[in-house]
Amino acid sequence: MSKDTLFDKVWDLHKVSSLPGGSDQIFIGLHLIHEVTSPQAFGALKDKNLTVKFPSRTVATVDHIVPTDNQSRPFKDNLAEQMIETLEKNCLQHKIKFFNIGSGSQGIVHVVAPELGLTQPGMTIACGDSHTSTHGAFGSIAFGIGTSQVRDVLATQTISMNKLKVRQIWCENQLSNGVYAKDLVLHIINTLGVKAGVGFAYEFAGPAINVLSMEERMTICNMSIEGGARCGYINPDEKTFSYMKNKLCSPKNEHWEKALTWWKSLKSDEDSIYDDVITIDASKIEPTVTWGITPGQSIGINQQIPLLDELSPNDKLVAEEAYEYMNFKPGQSIKDIPVEVCFIGSCTNGRISDLRVAAKVLKDKKVSKNVKAFVVPGSEKVANEAKQEGLDQIFRDSGFQWREPGCSMCLAMNSDKLVGNQISASSSNRNFKGRQGSPRGRTLLMSPAMVAAAAINGKVSDVREFIN
Amino acid sequence: MKFEFTPPIGKITQIKGQCISLIGNDIDTDRIIPARFLKCVNFDSLGESVFEDDRKTLKGQHPFDLEEHKNATILIVNSNFGCGSSREHAPQALMRWGIRAIIGESFADIFYGNCIAIGVPCFTLPKNSIHDLQNLSGNKSLFLEIDLNNSSAKSKELNIDLEIKESSRKMFLSGKWDATSTLLENENLIENKFNELPYLKFNSHF
Ligand code: SF4
Repeated sequence: MSKDTLFDKVWDLHKVSSLPGGSDQIFIGLHLIHEVTSPQAFGALKDKNLTVKFPSRTVATVDHIVPTDNQSRPFKDNLAEQMIETLEKNCLQHKIKFFNIGSGSQGIVHVVAPELGLTQPGMTIACGDSHTSTHGAFGSIAFGIGTSQVRDVLATQTISMNKLKVRQIWCENQLSNGVYAKDLVLHIINTLGVKAGVGFAYEFAGPAINVLSMEERMTICNMSIEGGARCGYINPDEKTFSYMKNKLCSPKNEHWEKALTWWKSLKSDEDSIYDDVITIDASKIEPTVTWGITPGQSIGINQQIPLLDELSPNDKLVAEEAYEYMNFKPGQSIKDIPVEVCFIGSCTNGRISDLRVAAKVLKDKKVSKNVKAFVVPGSEKVANEAKQEGLDQIFRDSGFQWREPGCSMCLAMNSDKLVGNQISASSSNRNFKGRQGSPRGRTLLMSPAMVAAAAINGKVSDVREFIN
Repeated sequence: MKFEFTPPIGKITQIKGQCISLIGNDIDTDRIIPARFLKCVNFDSLGESVFEDDRKTLKGQHPFDLEEHKNATILIVNSNFGCGSSREHAPQALMRWGIRAIIGESFADIFYGNCIAIGVPCFTLPKNSIHDLQNLSGNKSLFLEIDLNNSSAKSKELNIDLEIKESSRKMFLSGKWDATSTLLENENLIENKFNELPYLKFNSHF
């Protein structure tokens, strides 16, 4: 059993009681909600005659269903309009702070909370969305919950949960040029498998993690869930604290010093005990691309789609399903596979640094005429910052469409969808069958820089050829 | 497809019924219920749409479309079932279709928790036993009687020991699987925690 890790410390601090049956009652310091998983929870609250216990600890935004071409109200899609109205009503009724479209702070919930300074070290954070693991980049313990648990948090500010085990993923050496956080996390998931993390929290550590920016750290923690881990985190350091400074909701004046002192006390002890430790050599990683229907099915840009014989018995079933669905042959190169749609955005890679990297690749280049390319900033703040830097113009000049913030084609609940069996190069996090809106649509996950390179060439390409 | 729906309530000790098996590892929640069906403010109509895209692809040959499975209540799956998104819409859709228990090699964490929270117990068995059950239910109708008192499943020919987390088993037997009321019992402790957490003292927004 783990001992003295950051996870243990934060868990113990938030433990309210041991419940009959062996799970713990855990206090949730920050609860984030959005339009898709909250309406049924508010409904259940009403049915049970309950109120929101601490409205000040819940914050809302709208992201999944918002159109990203035209956001004027009412939305063209009636169901989407009904969902945003329900959220507006619930927030108003229960006095919950809501960052709506046009507030300057709306966006994908996992992009918005950190940029507002809501996400802080040492907190427990929950949200009805599996990518809540993102917030672990700040040394918080953050996990996705289902709608029944959203109801529990609203009603009690606590949930019932079994304590997770802790696996440290030690990332040695450094990523090479043209290889990004996204490649690192895809590589980790490929190495460990998509279900290795079940029952675990992942602690990402080591020299390759220490040098990453906060936004890159968010990319890593974001995809913990793709590795099966409900929660991923990184011990906070000076980078974390300087990112936090002067954010809208971060502690101010005399509170800042107190917060800083407390935050500095929060990290895994040198001699802490983990349930498991594994080591990854970051210097060996190439730009990485998925070829299949789970985020674990990835290879380096210069590798071939694995043969059945090269796979472990457990992976064969899904590999066969993937060859068929993707219409790829075992042994085929991933490089040069034609792509039809290029999507830059999502809570994995829709932040300002992602847009900067992609824009750098695209500057003075044109998107291939066979490709539909669009970029969806992760939040209104990201969009505004990008405009100030002139990135929107670089994207437009290259042939990318510039959109309004939201989840968009990451899960295709708005009108951005693949058609038929189109192939997309996507900076998002899931390549599941049908994920991007067409039951036969195909998704290749990669870093935003790699999406930009694919857009220019009209096929999967090695971004290192563009940046050297 | 079933149109009447009564959700599980109270103590859950036994689940009897026909098995339906679904073969494949890493079946994610996007497949169980595609994102376009999440455009709803309640779960009521999800049952009909469970596995919609997979079913369309198989044109009537999907296990959830076969006439002989239409009253099935026990789902048999392989490993990492329910991975991906946290959407409770996935177990809700399964439950509203008629599923009352799931037996599998392994489940994704959030999916597992969601099932418990809505009263659908998930049990695990080793890979080989799952294959045996899937073969049996593929060849002819397999009826099981699951008993949570001793975590077993019985049919005419079979007697199997199922695995379930002890905490979940106790919740079902006591009827306290709907966590809200249990959590509310500790209201004073919750207040204390709220007042003592260091960061709530230096964060006072909204
Ligand atoms: S961007 Fe995608 S993964 Fe992230 S919250 Fe939105 S839908 Fe979920």
